[in-house]
Amino acid sequence: MCYWATPKHRRELAQLSCLSDDPYKASHTAKEPQTEMAEQDCRGEKKQRCKAGTSRYFNKRQGARNLPLLHPRDSVLLRIDSEPTWRGPATVRGESITQWSYEVSGGDRVEMRQNRRHLQLLPSTAEPRAKASFDPPPEQTPPAPESSPGGLTIEYSSSFDIRHIGYTRGYQEELANMAKKRKAEKSRDKLKTSSKNLTVAQTEEDEDDGGLFKADDTVISASEDEGGSDDERKHRKLLDAIGSLGGKKRRKLAERSEASAQISEFSVSAEGAGEKITLGDLLGTLEQTSVITKTKKQLKNLHNRRDTLELPLSRQQTEKIQREVAYGKTSKEVSSWQGVVVRNQKADQLVFPLNQEPSGPKRVEQVVAGWKAQTPLELEIFNLLHMNKQPVHDPVLTPAEEASLKAMSLDEAKIRRAELQKARALQSYYEAKAKRDKKIKSKKYHKVLKKAKRKEFLKEFEEMRKMDPTAALEELRKMEMARMEERMSLKHQNSGKWARSRAIMAKYDNEARKAMQQQLEVNKTLTQKLAVPSESEDEERPEEAAVALPDFVNEAQPADVTNPWMMGKLTAEPPEPAESSDTELPAGGVQQQENPEDATEEVEEVIDEEEVLLREFENRRKLRQTENGERDMVPVMPVEREEIVTERAASEVVEISDDDEDEVDEDEVSEFKSLFQNLAEKEQEAVMEVKTTINAEGEDGEEPALLDEGLTRLRTLEDLDHLSQDVSIELDEPATQSTATPDLEETTIPQPDKKKNQKKNMIDCNEVLTKEAKVIKIPMAPTAIEEEEENEEEQKMIIKEAFAGDDVISDFLKDKRKQEEAGNPKVVNLTLPGWGEWGGLGLKTSRHKRKRFRVKADPPPPRRDNNLPSVIISEKRNSSIAVHQVSQLPFPFEKPEQFESCMRTPIGNTWNTQRTVQKLTAPKVITQMGAIIEPIAKEDFIKGKTLTTTGKQPDISLSAGKGQATKRGSKRPQKKGHSKRSQLKRMKSKPK
Amino acid sequence: MKVKVLCRNPDDYVRETTKDIQRVPRNYDPSLHPFEVPREFTRALNATKLERVFAKPFLASLDGHRDGVNCMAKHPTSLSTLLSGSCDGEVKMWNLTKRECTRTLQAHEGFVRGMCTRFCGTSFFTVGDDKTIKQWKMEAPSYGEEEEPLTTILGKAVYTGIDHHWKEGIFATCGQQVDIWDEQKSSPIRTFSWGVDSFSSVRFNPVETHLLASCASDRSIVLYDMREATPLKKVIMNLRSNTLCWNPMEAFHFTCANEDYNLYTFDMRRLDIPKIVHMDHVSAVLDLDYSPTGTEFVSASFDKTVRIFPKDHGHSREVYHTKRMQHVICVKWSSDNKYLLTGSDEMNIRLWKANASEKLGVLAPRERAAMNYNDKLKEKFKHHPQVRRIARHRHLPKTIFSQSKELRVMKEARRRKERNVRKHSKPGSVPVVTEKQKHVLTVVK
Repeated sequence: MCYWATPKHRRELAQLSCLSDDPYKASHTAKEPQTEMAEQDCRGEKKQRCKAGTSRYFNKRQGARNLPLLHPRDSVLLRIDSEPTWRGPATVRGESITQWSYEVSGGDRVEMRQNRRHLQLLPSTAEPRAKASFDPPPEQTPPAPESSPGGLTIEYSSSFDIRHIGYTRGYQEELANMAKKRKAEKSRDKLKTSSKNLTVAQTEEDEDDGGLFKADDTVISASEDEGGSDDERKHRKLLDAIGSLGGKKRRKLAERSEASAQISEFSVSAEGAGEKITLGDLLGTLEQTSVITKTKKQLKNLHNRRDTLELPLSRQQTEKIQREVAYGKTSKEVSSWQGVVVRNQKADQLVFPLNQEPSGPKRVEQVVAGWKAQTPLELEIFNLLHMNKQPVHDPVLTPAEEASLKAMSLDEAKIRRAELQKARALQSYYEAKAKRDKKIKSKKYHKVLKKAKRKEFLKEFEEMRKMDPTAALEELRKMEMARMEERMSLKHQNSGKWARSRAIMAKYDNEARKAMQQQLEVNKTLTQKLAVPSESEDEERPEEAAVALPDFVNEAQPADVTNPWMMGKLTAEPPEPAESSDTELPAGGVQQQENPEDATEEVEEVIDEEEVLLREFENRRKLRQTENGERDMVPVMPVEREEIVTERAASEVVEISDDDEDEVDEDEVSEFKSLFQNLAEKEQEAVMEVKTTINAEGEDGEEPALLDEGLTRLRTLEDLDHLSQDVSIELDEPATQSTATPDLEETTIPQPDKKKNQKKNMIDCNEVLTKEAKVIKIPMAPTAIEEEEENEEEQKMIIKEAFAGDDVISDFLKDKRKQEEAGNPKVVNLTLPGWGEWGGLGLKTSRHKRKRFRVKADPPPPRRDNNLPSVIISEKRNSSIAVHQVSQLPFPFEKPEQFESCMRTPIGNTWNTQRTVQKLTAPKVITQMGAIIEPIAKEDFIKGKTLTTTGKQPDISLSAGKGQATKRGSKRPQKKGHSKRSQLKRMKSKPK
Repeated sequence: MKVKVLCRNPDDYVRETTKDIQRVPRNYDPSLHPFEVPREFTRALNATKLERVFAKPFLASLDGHRDGVNCMAKHPTSLSTLLSGSCDGEVKMWNLTKRECTRTLQAHEGFVRGMCTRFCGTSFFTVGDDKTIKQWKMEAPSYGEEEEPLTTILGKAVYTGIDHHWKEGIFATCGQQVDIWDEQKSSPIRTFSWGVDSFSSVRFNPVETHLLASCASDRSIVLYDMREATPLKKVIMNLRSNTLCWNPMEAFHFTCANEDYNLYTFDMRRLDIPKIVHMDHVSAVLDLDYSPTGTEFVSASFDKTVRIFPKDHGHSREVYHTKRMQHVICVKWSSDNKYLLTGSDEMNIRLWKANASEKLGVLAPRERAAMNYNDKLKEKFKHHPQVRRIARHRHLPKTIFSQSKELRVMKEARRRKERNVRKHSKPGSVPVVTEKQKHVLTVVK
């Protein structure tokens, strides 16, 4: 039991405690000891205040009350916390340095320091002080112990409070706080024990606070002695008066004198009946588990909690929060439409009404469900059916059928079917081809085939050597093995039966001899040691490749076969025997001779990309050789070019080429024509001759790369805009206009070709130009060329005759020169004759002056047609065209090229097939006539999102396909109500 | 030996019936069809010219009202039916195909402030200046029957607008506050008010059907969720919005017609800045309606014109006006996306084509193909100055023309001044305020 434990209150004090509401009583009582302390110890106020503050906070934390202060010479009892009883009296010597501790002497020990907690004031000392407190000088007023039961203190104070008001002011505030707290405690205690107090207060004293209460008793008895019973009455009156002063009328507690609380009327002991039941008590009966103790603890904590609940928020604030939450929720919900909205925005086509019924045949049940008997006959039949309980809504489809319906939608099935078809087609192609190959008995063919395979293998090996050296090594070893085997065997040694027979025949038969030769050659190649292919080998390789070309493609690359077969990309270049006859056969003629035959055999074969590249390299090499070679080889170049591009060997040119008999074989050249054409398109090498440029222009008009380059060289923004338009408009009439687009001529010339260009400039212009006039008129389609060839010849002759006397070319050159001169900035002469010197007839201005006033403009940028002998490029802005040009790049386009290409693609049916036109001109929004378009429905789009993800199209159908509607219909869950409604709609709505 | 013979399959060139079109074998070789771009350009130019030649949007005028037409309502299931309410309390039902009035009823005393049809099309609601909400049957009363509303609700204050839920028997009215009513009950099931005492219009969201929005006289637009106890959010603009309309295909977009001559398209998730400002009118915009496809909307203005705006463009693609048409008070876009209906001050309802040059009636497949081709050509070459010049040309009444010019000048002057101020003040002290930001005052949470 500690001192700060709550003491029991006396009965009469219960009322009094209410009075302690009055601030100054409380403050006054608390005040006294402190003032006295100040007098006695002469300590500064500050220290006192500090002490008071500390104690206050300590109390606040611990829920403790201050013990009364002790004074020197007070006799006290001692006890340490652990000890059970109080030890004999001791005397207080004075306050110790530390707070709330005193120096005590006596008892067992002579002198010691004790905490106030361990000291108890003996009643014998408390009594005289209580009496002394009535003495007038306030300084000597004994301390009304703060922690003594409040009722008592108040009793003192109520009798002489007014006197103290004057000097209590100083501490009033902080003491008021303390008093308040005490009051709160008191009232609490009172509640707890009120019923007990009523009966017990006067008679019983708790053992623990015995000392104190004894003291209290003495105090009371002292006052009683003074005033007697009369006094007591007066006192009560006074208290009443004071109580009524407090303003509010306090309800007096009813006093009960019977001991009914203790002794029940029903002979059952009602011990503790008046006590308040705490929450913890309720748990008492339960078993003692850790959980329960925990709960008890929690409950206790809860009980002890003194902090108040927070005020509810104001209405405005609550509403604001509600609004925000609601808005967040709603906007999140609405956001689920984001995907649909974006998809619809991006969709190529929107078809309204959105949830159209599928146009295809409906399942019987659907029809039946929506159908109602209307005519009397129908009604009758329906009635009959109903009477007989005929199943109307029987599942018409078997479960299997239904499952299959569910499993695959129509368009998935279509796709699947198409795939299967394609696979089937490919397979049959393969088979047919294999059969064909098998049937071919030609040895040559097989030989070539083998060779091609070998070639291919070598190429692969070459690659492998770069990519994967270890694997290459392995391969090499294998090859070596093969070689060794070959060497060991007699297979190609001309020692077999066949070889021997041949050997006999060889004397007389040229063929046989050749065959033998070949055998040997094969042997040689097979037994040859494999070396890294070097430059020297290069010469042979391309030729072989050329031979091998048509055969192996399909065999070697089965994977690639699919595309060309299905795409129908066939080589369309039949060889031209007429030309090959003109020229001589080069060495290795055996293979060359085979070539045309093979080619005819496999016209439909595809030229591989790699093959093209190979050829390209070879041709380049040849070109290089010719250039590096003698000077008289130079004219060969243009010849080749012409042939390549125009696909026609002009007789005159061929004559030139006939002169030089070298490794350039015409046969090959003719064969490579198509390849070269590709080459020319890709690399833009054939720029020099106007003919070729124009030709290329016609072919490459579609390619944006060309235009791109042209645009980069433009000088001003304006030009850029205009030119981008020029291209699209003038592509069709390029050569005829003097304002031919300059950018078309501008093509990147690869660095190595630079030298070539220089050389070509030396070629006689006339020759080139005469050719040009013809070539322009040639349409690009290769099929038409051959037919027109003869016509061209004639035409040429006619033109030659007609313009026999005219020197068109020199006229053109003159014209060009004139233009160039006009383009050059003129020198402006600003000299004024006679200014600063004599002027007049016959007098010349001085040279110095002329020089000074002559203004020279900067030379213009180099003309674009500088290097083009036969072209005049006008760089003036053409105002007549400007009217038709778009001044700035329209919005959705990011680059001029995009816009140009968009402009350039025709969409009409003159240029496109019907299907393409339909696709190209499909309108963005399709509405059905007379159909009501309902707002988008959540059921169809938000929940059905997973259903529609299978296709790439957005939910709203994209293309104009009629099958779309059926597809969507099949995928989307159908609402019965809706179908009815749409029927209704149809009935009601009439066309306007 | 293979012998090659010329052979012809009659299937390739003989038509099945005489009604078929002759099959024309075509060679698509581009070299045979040169000048494709110029040729198509010419076709596009011609198509554009023809479009302007055929642009005759006005179809009919429905007269019969004896006062200005104040509100209209579309029939949800019948395209040919239109309801209109006038300023003298009369409601008329029109048959658009026959262009005649089929039924007239005196619905209210004073203005018919608003009307809406039930989603199933069996009845319609009207609110009027006499503080009543009335529900009427769509069918005309049979012979001898009296014209009487199905239900009448007497309110405490004037209702200024009404709109019906798109799927349930619930409707919303606005006046002093926004009320949500159950059709079966005579008192509102929910009432929203948020410090404003008068609303001019309320609209249900056709997609997210529990959402509503209303325009209030304190220049604000307030959003509601029918299921919540409180409004959702409020955006306050510089001037009052007269009406608003939700996009029927995009749940979160709505457009409001403002007094400051503009229309604003908002995303309801971002109210602080309008998505697009549509400006072309030269006077207050009174009403608007979205096309059922949600790609365009039509607006009616006090400046006596009707304009059609693409939903994502700041300027109109079309302007309709006639000499006789006065202030256009209400406008509707027909549910088949083909027609516009405008009700104006001078008691007439006018029927317009939504696409001015469109040919009405059934199109033959080839006709349709040609039309599609022409449309595509026009679109393809629309950037070319000559095509554009023709396609963009519109005739405007002089007053509107001069007014718009004036507005342009004013705007330019303001812009210039702002620029000058910015130029002559400390960098950053005069922030650049975009056109979109200018019109929204605050967003109240």
